[in-house]
Amino acid sequence: MADVTLTIDGREVQAREGSTILDACRRMRIDTPTLCQLDTLTPVNVCRVCVVELEGARVLVPACSRKVEAGMKIRTDSERVRHSRRLVLELLASSVDMSLCSPQVRGWMDRYGAAPGRFGKQVATVAQPVKVDNDLYVRDYSRCILCYKCVEACGVDAQNTFAIGVAGRGFDAHISTEFDVGLPDSACVYCGNCIGVCPTGALMFKSEHDMRAAGTWDESKQTVTETVCPYCGVGCMLELHVQENSIVKVTSPLDHSVTSGHLCVKGRFGFEFVQRRGAKG
Amino acid sequence: MDIRTTGGPATAEEMAAVDGLLGEPQPADHRVVHGGRAMRSQRHLLLPVLHAIQDRAGWVSRGALEYACRRLSIPPAEAYGVVTFYARFAPQERGPVALHVCDDIACMLAGAKVVEGAHGAPCLGLCDRAPATLTERFGEAYEAVQTPAREAARQPGSRLLRRVGVVDPDSIDSYLQHGGFAALKLAREMGPAAVIDEVTRSKLLGRGGAAFPTGRKWQSVADAPVRPHYLVCNADESEPGTFKDRVLMENDPFALVEGMAIAAFATGCEKGYVYVRDEYPLARRRVGEAIAQARERGYVDFEVEVRRGAGAYICGEETALFNSIEGKRGEPRNKPPFPVEAGLFGKPTLPNNVETLVNVLDIVNGEFADTRLFCVSGQVLHSGVYEVAMGTPLRALIDLAGGLLPGRTMRAVLLGGAAGSFITPDQLDVPLSFDGTRAIGATLGSGAVMVFDDTADMRQVLLRIARFFRDESCGQCVPCRVGTARQEEILERMLQSPNGDGRADVMLLSDIAQAMRDASICGLGQTAANAIASGLTQLKVLNG
Ligand SMILES: Cc1cc2nc3c(=O)[nH]c(=O)nc-3n(C[C@H](O)[C@H](O)[C@H](O)COP(=O)(O)O)c2cc1C
Ligand code: SF4
Ligand code: SF4
Ligand code: SF4
Ligand code: FES
Ligand code: FES
Repeated sequence: MADVTLTIDGREVQAREGSTILDACRRMRIDTPTLCQLDTLTPVNVCRVCVVELEGARVLVPACSRKVEAGMKIRTDSERVRHSRRLVLELLASSVDMSLCSPQVRGWMDRYGAAPGRFGKQVATVAQPVKVDNDLYVRDYSRCILCYKCVEACGVDAQNTFAIGVAGRGFDAHISTEFDVGLPDSACVYCGNCIGVCPTGALMFKSEHDMRAAGTWDESKQTVTETVCPYCGVGCMLELHVQENSIVKVTSPLDHSVTSGHLCVKGRFGFEFVQRRGAKG
Repeated sequence: MDIRTTGGPATAEEMAAVDGLLGEPQPADHRVVHGGRAMRSQRHLLLPVLHAIQDRAGWVSRGALEYACRRLSIPPAEAYGVVTFYARFAPQERGPVALHVCDDIACMLAGAKVVEGAHGAPCLGLCDRAPATLTERFGEAYEAVQTPAREAARQPGSRLLRRVGVVDPDSIDSYLQHGGFAALKLAREMGPAAVIDEVTRSKLLGRGGAAFPTGRKWQSVADAPVRPHYLVCNADESEPGTFKDRVLMENDPFALVEGMAIAAFATGCEKGYVYVRDEYPLARRRVGEAIAQARERGYVDFEVEVRRGAGAYICGEETALFNSIEGKRGEPRNKPPFPVEAGLFGKPTLPNNVETLVNVLDIVNGEFADTRLFCVSGQVLHSGVYEVAMGTPLRALIDLAGGLLPGRTMRAVLLGGAAGSFITPDQLDVPLSFDGTRAIGATLGSGAVMVFDDTADMRQVLLRIARFFRDESCGQCVPCRVGTARQEEILERMLQSPNGDGRADVMLLSDIAQAMRDASICGLGQTAANAIASGLTQLKVLNG
């Protein structure tokens, strides 16, 4: 495909036709906040934290999904951009427990001066009890920013199981199975691919959840061992997160050519036999 | 896709409702694989199926939903997301009757109270009959009854409303006697290109609220190389205070059908839809019957289907409307791509408002004049739809509606519905035109004109508007989903304690407003702060 030339923050840049403004920003090393975007998923452009100012447009445009066009003039750090990014982060953090988000998210909060407390104390939040309905993973939707990533991963972007969807409307919109049935009654096959894409800790290995509750979760004591899944011949790469000689969670790198970060229930959760042998010796 | 259903069987009644719409299920033949593309192409039938279930049973049970999902090959979690998106669908059991009481602005002013056991509803599009209700009786003979009109349909206009109250809306012969289908005949003689030229030359601007030049939209669809082309008539009319499209559809349904036939002919649309809001049962029936009669006589030669909304203001937004027809949650899409390139089912689509399409008849007939329908409601003597020339002063329109009630003085006018803004008594000479209103920072929007006199509790009005946006946000994007909730909370606490730290809250509201305007996906979030901001600054509701 051909290249187009556009201007970002006063600098001219070449970008591949069909790529996004975000791609161009990244190539220019302009750090752009994103919450609902992931390279392996179709853009849903719902969080709006990545908005940029496009000359001639009435409103700001989402960098993560807007395709580059020749001659675009874009500003990524104007007053309007900073204002909307700040408000998006503030509004989210005022309604959701974002304490387990990555340090990067906290960095953006600082950069844009987000002060979620300023809306007052008596404001609606999504606080609710953690859903623990199986032995493999838990769902704590009081941490959910409704980025749609888990729904995409469970659906056509990876797993094609469609066990969860977005239900309700407006502030009451939330991730749910049909009629809010527990995972064992749903179509879920426990591939854990939703956990792999969740940016907030709303979806979490039960092992991690229990250790956090007991106060024993300690990432500084953890090591990551790379290996290949032993179960079948596909060759999925596993990252075993190990604390005190026990596997506490399993991930796969997003950029791995075989998995794109996705696994099946065996690679994701089928590690119990390792520790059992160790324990019973 | 493996559809797992664990909710137990549907009742015989529920299965009959689904099968009544989809036909009897084929006996299982395990040598062939079901599902796949042919099944998925039925996804668009989800809303009609849900309506069939609920009309019969009064609610959508888990068993019924899972039966529908098996028949349509839709994952139950996704279908549940659709059920819970639309206010009209009930995922909990309830009695055989549902009473919806409008507690929106015009009805509030008329003293409406949501009685126990009833459901409060946003504007039902019956503001000229305020206080208004909609009653649904479920069962084999489902019926929905609207508050009846108190006065016979008046015709305070000359052009668009000339057949209202004159023709028999159930009879194509009556319509033909009043010059019906002459424009379509003429259009077919002129040819598509000449029709589009006339529409462009008329400078007609869309009447759905966004005021987009109709001719330009038609040209783009006609030029689109991808096939098929779809025509979508937007009859969702849910902007509070707006009911003009209902008056047209209930009283002159053939005119809409003729307008659609001309539009489809000019732009090469193979298939058309009329998306009518659920709260308009009479309009839906009349338009459906008009289509059938017109088809029988050969006036309609393309496929047209009436689709029924399910209680969601956002589905008036054109891309949300497409998703709704496709059987999905009514979440607006990011633009570009625009509907004329990739709209309904991803194909080039012409979305037009009811009043826009009815105007086309006169454009083709050479009788077009730049008039427009206004819906006057609230505290005036004769609420109703009035047709006046563009540029008419607002004051003259209010006089047409009989003016204020005796002994009252004017407090404010809300122009353009909840997405519009307030006008003060000293601005009543503003000309009702796009430029005239823009000059004072207002908009005509959907043509809603709501009048408030000195007895109106403007604080409650502002709060109702804030609640409207919180309830109707689709919930997709953060600025609108959380912003409309915060806006309502902050406004409520400001109105409760006018002596509190008001200035900080005004700042907060304006910060939220700017982010909603700049960063929201669609027009709902982008305008959700307008009326409240103008109420606080123009009307000084807090200080009064
Ligand atoms: C929140 C929202 C609600 C809308 N509701 C309606 C509606 O009820 N009827 C309508 O015709 N247009 C509505 N619109 C405008 C449509 O998106 C679209 O512009 C219009 O149907 C195009 O038709 P027109 O060009 O004939 O006006 C709405 C827009 C938004 C953002
Ligand atoms: S574990 Fe897999 S199947 Fe289950 S909800 Fe998550 S993505 Fe879907
Ligand atoms: S659970 Fe996680 S991935 Fe899913 S929407 Fe919420 S935050 Fe996003
Ligand atoms: S602005 Fe509001 S209604 Fe529109 S897409 Fe965003 S959340 Fe939905
Ligand atoms: S990252 Fe672009 S909208 Fe969420
Ligand atoms: S019908 Fe009640 S406000 Fe419109």
